[in-house]
Parts: sequence; structure tokens; C-alpha cells
Amino acid sequence: MNIFVCVKQVPDTETKITPTGDGSFIETASIKWIMNPYDEFAVEQALLIKQANPAANVTVVRVGSKKDTEALIPALAMGADEAALVEAGDNLDSYSIAKALKGAIEKTGKKPDIILAGKQAIDDDCLQVPQILAEMLGLPSVSVIVGFEMNGAAVKVKREVEGGALEVYEVSTPVVLACNKGLNTPRYPSLPGLMKAKKKPMATYSLSDVGVSEADRRVKYSGFRLPPEKPAGKKFDATDAAKQKDVVGQVVGLLRTEAKVI
Amino acid sequence: MDFSLSAEQREIRELALKFAKNEMIPHAQEYDEHGKFPTEIFKKAWELGLINACIPAEYGGAGFSAIDGVIIGEALAYGCMGMNTSFMANDLALLPIVIGGSDEQKKRFLTPFTQEFKIASFCLTEPGNGSDAGGIKTQIKDGGDHWIVNGEKMWITNAGYADLFVVYGTIDPNLKHKGISAVVVDPKTPGIEIGKKEDKMGHRSSDTRGIRFNNVKVPKENMLGKPGDGWNIAMSTLDHSRPLVASSALGGAQRAMDLSVHYAKERNQFGVPLAKHQAIQFMIAEMGMKIEAARLLVYKSAWLCDQGIRNTEIASYAKAFASDSCMQITTDAVQIYGGYGYSKEYPVEKLMRDAKLIQIYEGTSQIQRLVMAREILK
Ligand SMILES: Cc1cc2nc3c(=O)[nH]c(=O)nc-3n(C[C@H](O)[C@H](O)[C@H](O)COP(=O)(O)OP(=O)(O)OC[C@H]3O[C@@H](n4cnc5c(N)ncnc54)[C@H](O)[C@@H]3O)c2cc1C
Ligand SMILES: Cc1cc2nc3c(=O)[nH]c(=O)nc-3n(C[C@H](O)[C@H](O)[C@H](O)COP(=O)(O)OP(=O)(O)OC[C@H]3O[C@@H](n4cnc5c(N)ncnc54)[C@H](O)[C@@H]3O)c2cc1C
Repeated sequence: MNIFVCVKQVPDTETKITPTGDGSFIETASIKWIMNPYDEFAVEQALLIKQANPAANVTVVRVGSKKDTEALIPALAMGADEAALVEAGDNLDSYSIAKALKGAIEKTGKKPDIILAGKQAIDDDCLQVPQILAEMLGLPSVSVIVGFEMNGAAVKVKREVEGGALEVYEVSTPVVLACNKGLNTPRYPSLPGLMKAKKKPMATYSLSDVGVSEADRRVKYSGFRLPPEKPAGKKFDATDAAKQKDVVGQVVGLLRTEAKVI
Repeated sequence: MDFSLSAEQREIRELALKFAKNEMIPHAQEYDEHGKFPTEIFKKAWELGLINACIPAEYGGAGFSAIDGVIIGEALAYGCMGMNTSFMANDLALLPIVIGGSDEQKKRFLTPFTQEFKIASFCLTEPGNGSDAGGIKTQIKDGGDHWIVNGEKMWITNAGYADLFVVYGTIDPNLKHKGISAVVVDPKTPGIEIGKKEDKMGHRSSDTRGIRFNNVKVPKENMLGKPGDGWNIAMSTLDHSRPLVASSALGGAQRAMDLSVHYAKERNQFGVPLAKHQAIQFMIAEMGMKIEAARLLVYKSAWLCDQGIRNTEIASYAKAFASDSCMQITTDAVQIYGGYGYSKEYPVEKLMRDAKLIQIYEGTSQIQRLVMAREILK
């Protein structure tokens, strides 16, 4: 059984985001990069499947720039067998990323049985790479999964829908699954695992190696800006009963002229 | 000269910090308040390979360098200085075996620590001898086919939970330093009485007790080196362990600084964030400066260890500077938090209590200065 896990490297949740001077992207130089937290559930699920099927092979795939600390390494340290990195800029659109992932998976020569990904990347929050990838590969996909069971080639997954209800799907492999928090508890990479990770195979490709070019871009970013700062709230002192009428008048006036809500 | 960590060291640090943030910080306050020993967290850290960094690869360890060890130590102390004292005590106890043990002893004592979660204690200090470790009175007598240990130890970390003790004693008090010897003792041996847990100011989750040895029989093959080798083993152990203890002060100081920076940006007084007041800025600048300098000393003292170059002087600089800085930085963190800093609802008062111990154990800040002066003036 061949399991693939798509991993993205995203800015740490505590990062202060600054757009570049020309607004074409964000400053990446001083960012601390982490594995996208939802992808950790995907890696863990792959390893749980491998535990139940010792012959299974787990390959982690990432598209993006080379980083100071490589997110594929912790995935290997957790127990994945091999890794592939498609070197690319960090501002690719979802379509190009999906196409690059497809290309990298095909490069391995292994026919995928299960492809796992996080339900979304916490940087651009696009929530569509797994679905585009599934479409490109002609495979079924289920997203936001919080439960997974496997019986031979049949997979039963639970997905969360609005209001806390669960939908249950039975799908046949090969399948693309996008994982949500609650699916499992990701293990930590261990230090001995980290040492072993260094010796595991890691393939590196360029975008052209995997058949992706600028022409594949469907979304062009035209400007990154920080949201406007919220102005400080206004306080009105209405403790003095005699002034209350006056204060109410001021508030109503401002709601009309400034906030324009009434 | 290259000041950067290797990719592998950066990954080790990330992993250890992730553990500290997810598994230690959320529980630190509770364990402190109830003086609860962190068995589960300790075990989990062991499973991830964060404990016993000093065990060489030949005996089943990961084969970390001293620099790797201080990187891990700093990260775990960032999580909780108190829990880290218990974790670190394993290294302090196993180092004399790494340094002074025979190949057979290393296999017998170190390898089990890599196969199973085990806890160790380093037993040097006595009620009447702390700084003056050369004057210890615990007796190790030749009983024919075994050693007989009699005496009392004090302030022994992990004593109530340990699977192994390394005990320092003397074969003859008249020999002074030359009589000091070290033996590995099974804590379950008859004649060992373990005292009650000390109720401490800080590091309350770590377990600290006195131990009494009443005619305790220890196998002959458990002595590290020859009778009288103990002092040299203890001194080389300190050269390795002081960078590690210094790294724990560094981790605590870094946490105090990160909290202070965060709080100073959030809290407004006089219509602006505290961070806009120059008096606060200066305290934060001082924190950054001291931490950077301490880190350079800690790394250098560990690096010298890895190069096999005598580091006694630099290791004392590192231990004293990092622990004194940690005390100052955690005190200033409480100051920056104002009244809130004085409350147990906020994390900085614990840091201030925890910082104090690092100026005391593994050689007080005064003893470090004695060592420095001796090295400089010799
Ligand atoms: C929580 C805790 C955990 C510990 N864990 C361990 C452990 O696991 N194993 C272990 O063996 N020990 C342990 N210790 C003991 C620790 O190492 C000693 O407390 C320390 O060495 C100081 O010794 P003392 O307490 O006897 O103080 P003293 O030696 O009595 O010192 C008192 C004061 O006098 C100063 N002083 C002493 N001599 C001189 C001098 N010549 N010149 C100038 N000033 C001097 C000291 O700096 C100190 O300020 C622990 C202690 C504590 C509090
Ligand atoms: C145990 C306890 C008992 C108390 N009892 C009483 C009581 O009985 N009655 C009562 O009214 N109050 C009481 N207080 C409140 C106490 O007076 C305040 O905590 C103190 O005035 C500091 O205010 P703060 O805690 O809001 O800190 P903040 O004002 O937020 O100050 C935080 C830090 O910023 C610094 N800072 C603030 N402004 C500036 C500036 N402009 N320039 C430079 N630095 C600045 C402060 O020095 C401090 O280091 C008590 C507090 C405690 C902890």
C-alpha cells in the first residue's frame, strides 16, 4: 500500500506578518516556519495506517522554498519512510501547488492508494489543494475528516458539518482525504527518529521537473496589505445623571454620522 | 568562527521547545502548586529521547555532543525549570559513570537507562558539607567482598523515585580529597532510609530529600575507578554538568523575557503600552543583552567540552553568569508585570522562585567565583 501525505510549511502562528515593500507578497526572511498544524493529523493518520499495515510505505511531499528547518524532516522523524520536495516559491496558487504535488507523486513511480493532507493551510487558508489534486488525479475526495476506519480497500470516514453533526462516507481507495483536528493525536518526532530521518531518502525536484510552469497559475496576487487598524473605541461617561441625556444625544449622533449604522 | 547551529541542532531545539510548550508549560503551575512529581511528563520526554543526553552511542544513547545537551537543557527549562531539575539530575548522576566507569560498568549501568524509563540521583551533598564537598564524611569501608557505606546525604534530587544512586564518600577522612570515592548504589539495598520530601521555595515539582546509609552493602564491582578516584571524577563531572545547569538558567531567563516582552506590549498605563516607557525598555534591553551573553558562555563552555579542552574557568563563568542573570531577569519580569507579577495567577512569580535555586546548586555563585579566581590567579 502506498500512502502519500502532502505537507506545507507555513509561518508559525505567532508570526507578525509584514507585506513586502511592493506588496507582491509577505516578508519571508525573518519568519519561523512550522509544519502546517492540520498536516500533522495527516502524517499521524498515515503512520497509524502503516502500523496496521506494516508493508505500507509512507511518502511525504512538500511544495515550496527550501527552509532553515525543513518540515519534511519532522515528518520523517515521526516515522514516514521517504520524502519529496518540489522547490518553488512560497507564493504559488492552489492550482500550481496541486499540479506540482501530482507531478511529484507520479515521479515516485508508486501508485497511490491513500493521499492524505491537512484540511487547510493556516497561511492562505484556501482549503482547496486536496480537492484540486483529487480532481486532477480523477480520484474521490473527502475533506474535514475527523474519523477514519479501513476495511480492505474500503475506507469509512466521518466528516464534520455545520452544527457539530457528522457525515459518514464509505469510499473506495485510491482516495484523497483532507484531515481535521480531532482525527487523532499527532505523535512527536523523537530525537532518535530525527537522527534516522537524516538517512531516509529525500528527492528534490524543480517545478519544471514536475511539469509546472508560470502558465499554470490561475490566481495572481496583486497586492498584500495589512487590514486597516481598528480605531480605538470611544468611551462616554454617563455616571452623572444630569448629563445622561446629553451623552445619549452624542452617542446617537455619532452612530448616525461616524459609524453610519442608524 | 561560525556562531550558527547546524540544521540538525536547530531541529533538536525545535523539537525540544515544542515539547516544552505543549507538555510542560500548560502543567508547570499545577505541579508547582501541589509539589507533584512529573512522572508522566518525565517519561514522555524520555520516550522522545530528550532525557539522558550524556549517554554515549556505544551504550545505547543517541550520541549527543555537549552542545546538543545544552540546547535540549535550555529548551526543557524554558518549559519548567523545576521539572527540568528532575530531568537534568539523571544526567548529573550518569555523568560520573560516563566519565569514571569501566566499559563493563557503563554497559551495566547506562544501557538500561536507554532501554527503559529510569530515574537517577547524584548524592554528594551532606547536611554538614555543601560547598565544601571535599570534606564529606560518608564512609565507604572495605567489607571484604563488598563495600560498606555509612553516612547521611542531604538535598538529593529525585531521591524518592530513583532506580540508581551515585554516592560519594570517603575511604578515610584523613586523606581529604584523596580519600573520596564514588560507588553506584541500588536504592533498594537494605539499610537505606530515604527522608521526607523537602517543602521548597521553588522547583517544587522536583523531588528533594535526605538519605541515610546504615551499613549499606555495595558490590565491589560498583566502585567507579579505584578508591580515591572520586574527587577527580567529581571535578570532571562538574566541567560537563555546569554548562548544562547554566543552560537551565538560560531557558528560564528566556521564558521570563518572552513573557515580559509580550506583557509590555499588551498592558497600557498612562495611555500607552508599558513597552513605550523607557524605564521598561531598559529592563527589556538588559534582559536581551544578558541572555545573549549567557548563551555565548554556555555554548562556548559546552563547545570546549566537545573539543576535549579543559573548560573549568569558562564553565564557572557560564554557570554563575547565567544563573545570576536569570535571577535578575526573572525579578525584573515580576517588576514589569507590576502587581500581577506578584500573583500566582501569572507565570512570572514562579520563575523568580525557580531562578534562585540555580544560583545555589551545582556550586553556588560564590563558589563559581572562587573557581574562576583560582583558575585566573594560578
Ligand atoms: C533543591 C536542591 C536540590 C539539590 N540537589 C542536589 C543533588 O541532587 N545532589 C547533591 O549532591 N546536592 C544537591 N543539592 C545541594 C547543593 O548542591 C548545595 O545546597 C550547594 O552546594 C550549597 O551547599 P549548602 O547548601 O550546604 O550551603 P553552604 O555550603 O553552607 O553555603 C552557604 C553560603 O555560604 C557560601 N559559601 C560557602 N563557602 C564559601 C566560601 N569558601 N567562600 C565564599 N562563600 C562561601 C555559599 O556560597 C552560600 O551562599 C541541592 C540543593 C537544593 C537546594
Ligand atoms: C499584594 C498587593 C497588595 C496591594 N494592596 C493595595 C491596596 O491595599 N490598595 C490599593 O489601592 N492598591 C494595592 N495594590 C496595588 C499596587 O499599588 C499596584 O499593583 C501598583 O501601583 C502597580 O500598579 P499595577 O500593578 O497596575 O502595575 P502597572 O502600573 O501596570 O505597572 C507595571 C510596570 O510598569 C511600570 N510603569 C508603569 N507606568 C510607568 C511609566 N510611566 N514609566 C515607567 N514605568 C512605568 C511600573 O513601574 C511597573 O514596573 C496592591 C498590590 C499588591 C500586589
